[in-house]
Amino acid sequence: MTKTTDIDYEDIQGLVRFGHGQLSASAFLLLKIADLEAARRWLNSAAITSATESTPAPQSALQVAFTAPGLRALGLAEDLVEQLSDEFVSGLGGDTNRSRRLGDTGSNAPQHWRWGGSAETTPHLLLMVYADPTRLDSLLTSIREPQFEQAFTQLAELVSRHNGPREPFGFVDGISQPLIDWQQQVSTDLHQRDRYSNRLALGEVLLGYRNEYGLYTERPLLNPLDVDRDDALPDAEDQPQLLDLGRNGTYLVLRQLAQDVRGFWQFVDDQAGADPQQREQIAAAMVGRQRDGTPLIAAAGEAIDGSEPSDRQNHFTYARDPHGHGCPIGAHVRRANPRSGDFPVGVDNWLSRLVRTLGFGRRHHGDDLVASSRFHRLLRRGRIYGVELTPEQALQAAADDSEERGLHFICLGANISRQFEFVQNAWCASSKFAGLPSESDPLLGNREPLLNAAPTDHFSIPRAGAPARCIQGLPQFVRVVGGAYFFMPGIKALRFITR
Amino acid sequence: MTQQSTFMITAVIRSDQLTNLQRLLRSMNQAPGFANPRNRLLPYWQMQQLHVARFTILQANTNDDIRDYGVEPSDWPPTLCFIGDVDGAADLFLAELVIRAEPGLREIFSHCEDFESDCDNLLQWLHDHSRKPSANYINWRGRTVLQAREEQALSVALRARLNDLQQLQGDLRPRQLRRQLQAFVTEEIAARRLRLSDPLPAPAGWHLRNLINLVGVPLALLLLAPLMLLASPFYFARLRQLEESDPENTQRPERSHLQALVEQEDIDVSNHFNVFGQVKPGRLRLFTIKMGLLLLDYTSRHIYKRGYLTRVQTIHFARWVLLDNNRRVYFASNYDGSADSYMDDFINKVAWGLNLVFSNGVGYPRTRWLLKGGAEYEQKYKRTLRRNQLPSESWYKAYPGLTAYDLARNSRIRAGLEAPDPSDSEIRSWLALL
Ligand code: HEM
Repeated sequence: MTKTTDIDYEDIQGLVRFGHGQLSASAFLLLKIADLEAARRWLNSAAITSATESTPAPQSALQVAFTAPGLRALGLAEDLVEQLSDEFVSGLGGDTNRSRRLGDTGSNAPQHWRWGGSAETTPHLLLMVYADPTRLDSLLTSIREPQFEQAFTQLAELVSRHNGPREPFGFVDGISQPLIDWQQQVSTDLHQRDRYSNRLALGEVLLGYRNEYGLYTERPLLNPLDVDRDDALPDAEDQPQLLDLGRNGTYLVLRQLAQDVRGFWQFVDDQAGADPQQREQIAAAMVGRQRDGTPLIAAAGEAIDGSEPSDRQNHFTYARDPHGHGCPIGAHVRRANPRSGDFPVGVDNWLSRLVRTLGFGRRHHGDDLVASSRFHRLLRRGRIYGVELTPEQALQAAADDSEERGLHFICLGANISRQFEFVQNAWCASSKFAGLPSESDPLLGNREPLLNAAPTDHFSIPRAGAPARCIQGLPQFVRVVGGAYFFMPGIKALRFITR
Repeated sequence: MTQQSTFMITAVIRSDQLTNLQRLLRSMNQAPGFANPRNRLLPYWQMQQLHVARFTILQANTNDDIRDYGVEPSDWPPTLCFIGDVDGAADLFLAELVIRAEPGLREIFSHCEDFESDCDNLLQWLHDHSRKPSANYINWRGRTVLQAREEQALSVALRARLNDLQQLQGDLRPRQLRRQLQAFVTEEIAARRLRLSDPLPAPAGWHLRNLINLVGVPLALLLLAPLMLLASPFYFARLRQLEESDPENTQRPERSHLQALVEQEDIDVSNHFNVFGQVKPGRLRLFTIKMGLLLLDYTSRHIYKRGYLTRVQTIHFARWVLLDNNRRVYFASNYDGSADSYMDDFINKVAWGLNLVFSNGVGYPRTRWLLKGGAEYEQKYKRTLRRNQLPSESWYKAYPGLTAYDLARNSRIRAGLEAPDPSDSEIRSWLALL
């Protein structure tokens, strides 16, 4: 593959490259545009953090992303909005069919959401402010000067006071991420990735570059004649006669997920017969990692592209655990990234590839049921919220505690339907993932029965040499309370949109 | 072994009756596109041989696409299509259907052009309007609806029992456990709470016909082989030329069209898929699609008959039908999971197989040597497919909530229960199924 132009980190919003982990406090402002001119002026001159490296690391960061109504409100031409993806244009909460697919039904349904569930409560834009915990409030005050107040009205403010390494159930999070192939050195040829690789084509996380199919994801392209200044936007790499409004931008999915920490640990404790060791085991089986992040699977013997053997937390696949004796098939991390290749395990030459292509040579029942991971990777950038409640506290008889805690789940990607929606639907929400009979994601499932009243609230822990331990009647631990799809433009595109 | 067969009845809809007919067909539904088994028109719940069925209105929404090839589109009036897959002979099923649901069928087909209200032989009329598929796929040849339901009941009962046993007695030795479960099933059968019917013998003559097909098709191809070998350079030269020059679809599906499609998706764990498009003009394309379908039909009949079609394990039933003097092709399938995961399989697991057939359809993304490219152009491919996709008016499946993989596992559970002399490790893998 020919190497494409150098990466212009200046034009990419920093969040794509960095999680801003050193800035452990954040506020996500969900805004509506109140005064168009003032909004444009403010956004156009805002100091948006780019993806260039700087030492020392910056003291704060600012990112911005827009919903489809937001882009329209800013006056972006309808035919450009329409060239963004269908999912983005119709929105996360705006279509009952999407909600059904994502498991946003019952108590997860958009009609109950605090924001994003209706046109009125859907923001135009998301302003993401990151800072040191001691500086967040003063930073927010300095942002909210009169011009800002004139430009926007605030629907909601999602604050994370302190984003520790652990999510509210008490598990270390943010361990596994795809390694982005910034240098675009790896071939995206469809027929050369038999095995799992953790390296991900740049075009999977940014628009305007080749994706895992070696293709350019659809995005808005403009005729230079329609633009006043010809340096306003980057050229489209695949169609150099056009300008690329998408390049260096991406989509951002934000879902506010409330976690019932008490409910989680008390249920698990109950199943464990109050035995602390069993309790840990069951909880770890549900997540697919121990609380400190240790995988339930031994390190892979062979090389994994894009993953260092020294990275104990990540150097594994499920290839040698086909039946889930190490890590249950239905565990959260195994669903969210089955670490599968284009071909199932055991393909290493043209003959075996041919045999498997024709559908023969399956090694066991259930072999080759799961799609290839690389087309469905997420770049996660979530932040936790609420006051910490340790598992030990969660187990104590409930002192009155109405405090909500959870995850501001965020993921980035160039194709919402193939990435976030696919993972959420086919891998997490589906009660038939990888051939399982009656369980959806042990953390995320909404537990609603199927149409024929068949349950989805089981969780099975396969055991070597004995029937699986099947836990039934899982309550709902995670509830969706808000969400929206955003477009996070490149910085030139941002200036163009807000000019 | 009972054999499955398919039926397909098509009739042109009276020009002023389209919306009335749609309203009537939708009145059979309990959710968009999803039939209530106890609907007023066709009592599906009584039809113990019916696996899946659907009514679709075949409309040539993309009729004008063929103009890009310099060809005037032919007329295609909206046509009602009723298809289903049944145990045993389709003729018998249709006869039973007429007995059980004659008024409902009449009410439906009276919206069609050549259906006279005084038509006194409905069954004959149905036969006169039947179409044979060019290729037909059945996930598991010989598994009847009855068997699927009995085995599901068995699995549910066994699972519950196993749970009870474990709670009561803790972990037992596998062989002991199996014996207890076997005793339980025997009791349940005696009490008529479970039933495990024996498979019926294959109908007379079936084995012979199957054998003739098994041998006959390769034999015919073998006889033609010298001719085909001689012709192949010309064939491939021309094919490559066409592959380079055939216009591709560049349009997005209309949002309202997409909406009509997704509205009926993911209501059950399985979905239904209709694609109705035009065959590219010219004899080479017609020949290619016919050969492709022949191959597909042959391999589905003799090779892909136990749970998978190449790498895809999620299709219950599928058929490909050439219509309108071979100018159009209709593809109907019943598959597990979301449309996105279905398309993911198409692109990442069997693009080559899809290309072989569908690259002969108007608008399909460019292929190379028939097998490469095509569906691998992910977004182009998805657009083209969606544009040529049609919603069903009403779809029925005899075992909601169950995937093809569930059915296969249930069959294995039963087989393991009945196995005469299993080894310890066989017993352990059997228990793991529960
Ligand atoms: C409140 C809800 C959630 C909780 C508590 C949670 C928790 C976790 C934890 C503890 C891990 C292991 C850490 C790691 O491997 O980095 C993890 C990994 C992951 N989660 Fe979640 N998660 C939640 C929601 C989601 C959602 C909604 C998705 C996407 C649909 C998702 C996708 C993933 C992915 C892709 C991984 C990495 C898996 C891997 O690459 O091995 N999570 N999650």
